[in-house]
Amino acid sequence: MATESIKYLAPNTENKVKTQVFPRPGQHTTGLVDWLTTIDHKKIGLMYGMTALFFLIVGGIEALLIRSQLWDHNMDVLTNREYNQMFTMHGTTMVFLVIMPLSAAFFNFIMPLQIGARDVAFPRMNALSLWCFVGGGLILNLSWFFTGGSPAIGWFGYAPLTDTRFAEVIGDMGPDFWIFSLQILGIASLLASFNFITTIINMRAPGMTMMRLPVFTWMTLIVSFLIILAFPAITIALVELMFDRTFGTNFFDFLEGGKPHLWQHLFWIFGHPEVYILILPAMGIVSEVIPVFSRKPLFGYGLVIFSGAIIGFMGFAVWSHHMFTTGMGVVATSAFAMLTMLIAIPTGVKIFNWIGTMWGGRIRFDTPMLFALGFITMFMIGGFTGIMHSSVPIDAQHQDSYFVVAHFHYVLIGGALFGLFCGFYFWLPKMTGRMMNEKLGKFVFTLMFLGFNLTFFPMHYLGMIGQPRRTHTYNEGHGFETWNQIATIGAFILGVGIVIGIYQFVSSFFNKKLKPAGKNPWDARTLEWALSSPVKEYNFARTPIIKARDQAWENNYGPRENHSEKEPLDDHGVHMPDRSWWPLVTALGLFGLAMGMLFHRTIDPSGELVRDYTVPILAGSVAIIGMIMWALEGPGGYHLFPKENEE
Amino acid sequence: MSDASAHALEHHEPVTSTGIPNKKVLMWAFLGSDCMFFGTLISTHLIYRKISATVGGNFLDIRDVFDIELTSFSTFILLASSLFMALGVSAIHKGNLKSMRWMLLGTIIFGAIFLACQVYEFTHFIHAPGNELTLSTYRGEPHVFGSTFYVLTGTHGTHVAIGVFWLIGWLAYSFTGKMSVAHALDIEICGLYWHFVDIVWIIIFPVIYLMEYAL
Repeated sequence: MATESIKYLAPNTENKVKTQVFPRPGQHTTGLVDWLTTIDHKKIGLMYGMTALFFLIVGGIEALLIRSQLWDHNMDVLTNREYNQMFTMHGTTMVFLVIMPLSAAFFNFIMPLQIGARDVAFPRMNALSLWCFVGGGLILNLSWFFTGGSPAIGWFGYAPLTDTRFAEVIGDMGPDFWIFSLQILGIASLLASFNFITTIINMRAPGMTMMRLPVFTWMTLIVSFLIILAFPAITIALVELMFDRTFGTNFFDFLEGGKPHLWQHLFWIFGHPEVYILILPAMGIVSEVIPVFSRKPLFGYGLVIFSGAIIGFMGFAVWSHHMFTTGMGVVATSAFAMLTMLIAIPTGVKIFNWIGTMWGGRIRFDTPMLFALGFITMFMIGGFTGIMHSSVPIDAQHQDSYFVVAHFHYVLIGGALFGLFCGFYFWLPKMTGRMMNEKLGKFVFTLMFLGFNLTFFPMHYLGMIGQPRRTHTYNEGHGFETWNQIATIGAFILGVGIVIGIYQFVSSFFNKKLKPAGKNPWDARTLEWALSSPVKEYNFARTPIIKARDQAWENNYGPRENHSEKEPLDDHGVHMPDRSWWPLVTALGLFGLAMGMLFHRTIDPSGELVRDYTVPILAGSVAIIGMIMWALEGPGGYHLFPKENEE
Repeated sequence: MSDASAHALEHHEPVTSTGIPNKKVLMWAFLGSDCMFFGTLISTHLIYRKISATVGGNFLDIRDVFDIELTSFSTFILLASSLFMALGVSAIHKGNLKSMRWMLLGTIIFGAIFLACQVYEFTHFIHAPGNELTLSTYRGEPHVFGSTFYVLTGTHGTHVAIGVFWLIGWLAYSFTGKMSVAHALDIEICGLYWHFVDIVWIIIFPVIYLMEYAL
C-alpha cells in the first residue's frame, strides 16, 4: 500500500488507560494476531463467511447421513435416536450457523462499501458479534461429546420433547447445549443488527439519501429490524425453557400447569420472521445482480424496497400458520390463513419486478446471473407450495409430511442458498481482486441445480403419498423406495456441487494465476464497484459525494452532473481505529459463562443435587472486565495518508 | 478551542447522516428490542395468570401473597429515581460535575432501595407462612404463577441492577478528572436506559400487581 503513517496522538479528551493488560496490536499487526483482533468490517465479513461455509459442510454431512438412512426401507445407517439428532443438528446448523452468518458476511463486507462508509458504526462490537457467533457454533457442536449427545428435539425444540423427564437418556445435556448455543448466537445476531441499523441510518456518505441506497443495503436494514424485534421472543422462550430444565419452573411443563402450546407460539413468533431474515438478504443480492447482468436499472426500485418492508412487517402477523393443526380455533386459524395469503402479494411484486428488469435487457448469462435465475425459479416453486399451505385444509393434509420438507428446502436452498452463492460469485472478485473461472462456476451451478431438484422435487410426491417427515425409516410396500433413492442421489450431487463451489471460493483467495478483476469486472452499478479490488483498508480514500442511485454506473455512463465527487483529502489523513483484544476476551467470557452454566450441577454421592457457580461467576467476570477495559481503551487509532488519485 | 481538541472532537462525534449521534441510535434500537423482551415475558404471565389458577384445585388468590404496600413504596422510589437521573443529565449538559455526581448518587441509592425491596419481597413470598410461592410451587403444590412472576420481575430487577452498576461506573469515572461536558452524551444514554426500565415498571406494576386487586 502506497501510504505512510504517523502514530495518532491521543488528545486530552481521549479515554486512555495506561495500565494495559496486554499491548494493543498496532497498525502493522499481521498474521494470526491480526485476524483475532481485527475490527475491519471486511476481515470480519470474511471470517463470518468462511466459518459459515465450514458449518455448511458440517450441516451437509448431517443431511447426507439422513439421506443415506432413507435410501431404502428399514435401513440402519442411523438408529432412530441418531436420526433425530441428525435432523435437529442439520436444521439448527443450517439456519443459525450457515444461512444467517453467510448473510451477515455480506452485510459486513458489502453494506459499508455501498453506503460510502469507512467501517460500521461500532467496529469493536462487530468483532464481538463475530466471536459470539463462533462461540455459539462451537457450543452447539460440542454437544456431541457429552451425556446424551446432540439434541434430538428438532430445530424447533417443541415442548415436551425438551422436558427432562421425557429424555431418552438420563441426564441428557443435548437440549441444554442447544439452549445456550442459541442464546449466544442470539447475542451475536442482536449486536450485529444494532450495529447495521446505526450504520445505515447514520453513516451514509453525503448525498446518499435513503432512496438512493442500493437494494441490498435496504434489505440489510429491514432484516436487522426483523432480527432485533424477533429474537427477543426466542431469547425469552429459551430463558423460560432454561429455567424449566435447570431450576424446575413450570413454563412448559404440562404435568404441573404449564402449556406446551405456549412454546409453539413463542417459537414461531420468532420463527416466522426468521424465515424472512433468511430470505430477504438473498432477495437483496438478487436485486443487485439482475440489473447488472441485464444492463438495465432495477425495475420498480421503490416498489421492491416497499415490498421488502411489507414482507418484514407482515412477517410478524403470520406465525400461527405453522400451528394450524394445534387447534387454535376457527377465528384465529382463518385470520392467520388470510394474512398468509396476503403476504404472497409483496413477494409476487418482487418476482415481477425482477422479470421486468430482465425484460428487454441485454442479458449475460455469467455464473452470478445463473444463480440469480435459479433463485427466482426455485424460490417461486417454494412460494407456490407456500401459498398452498396457507389454505388450512390443505395444510392439515401436508402437516408433518415430506411435502413440507420439499416446500421449505425450495425456499431455503433454492432460494436463500442459491442467492448467497450468487452473492459469492458476484462479489468475490471485489473481495479477492481476482476473477473466478467461469467454466467451473457454471459447472457448480449445473451440479447444484440438478442435484437440488433431483433431491427435493420427488419429496413433493413422497409427501403426497404419505411419507412422514422426522421419522427415521419406512416399511416396505408404500412405494417410497424409488423416489427416496432418486432424492438421495440428488443430495450427493448437490453436495459435490457445493463442495466444489466452496473450493472455488476459498482457492480464489490464494490462486495467483486467476485473472485480476480490476475495479468493475461486471460493469456493475453500485458504489462498491467504484473502488479498487481488493478494497483498501480504509475503503474510501476520500469520502464520495453521491449524486445518483447506481452511482458507479452513472460515473461511467451518466450525464456529467450525475458523476460523484469526492471530499477533499484531509490534512490529518484517514483515521483508522486500533485493533483490540477485548471483543475476543468478552466473547470468551460469555462462552465460559455458557459452558459453566451447562456444567454447574453435579450429583454428590448421597444423591443430592449440588450447584457450583464458581466457573460461571469467573467467566462472567472475564466478560464484564472485557467490557470495562473495552470502554476504557477508547477507539485509539492511527492515520493513513492515501495519495491524491487513490480510490 | 485549540486545533488539536477540535480535531479530537471530530473523531469522537463524527457528523452523522441524521445528526443524531451513533450511540444514541444504538440505544434506541436496543430499547425497541428490549420492549419485545418484556412484551414476551408480560404476555407469558398474563396468559398463565388465570389458566394456572385451577391446576390441581389449588386456587391461587395472589392477594394472599402480595404485599401491595411495600410494592407501591418501591414503585414510588423507582419513579422518583428517574427525577434524579433527569437532573443528572441536565447537570452534565451544563458542565456541572459536582451536581451530576450527587444526582447520580441519588439515582444509584434509589435504584438500590428498589432492588432491596425486591429481594425482601422475593424472600418474603417464598417463605410466606401457609402461602409459600416458589419458582415452581404454591403452598407446596405445582403451580405456574411463581415461574412467570419471578422470571418477569427478576428480569426487570436485573435491568435495574445493570443500570445501577453502569451509573456506579460513571460515578467512579467522574473522579478520574477526565470527565467533561463531552461525556454528556454518555450520561444521557444511561438516562435513556434508566427511564426505559422505569417505564417498563410502570407497565408491570398495574398489570402484574394492581390488576389482581381489581379483577
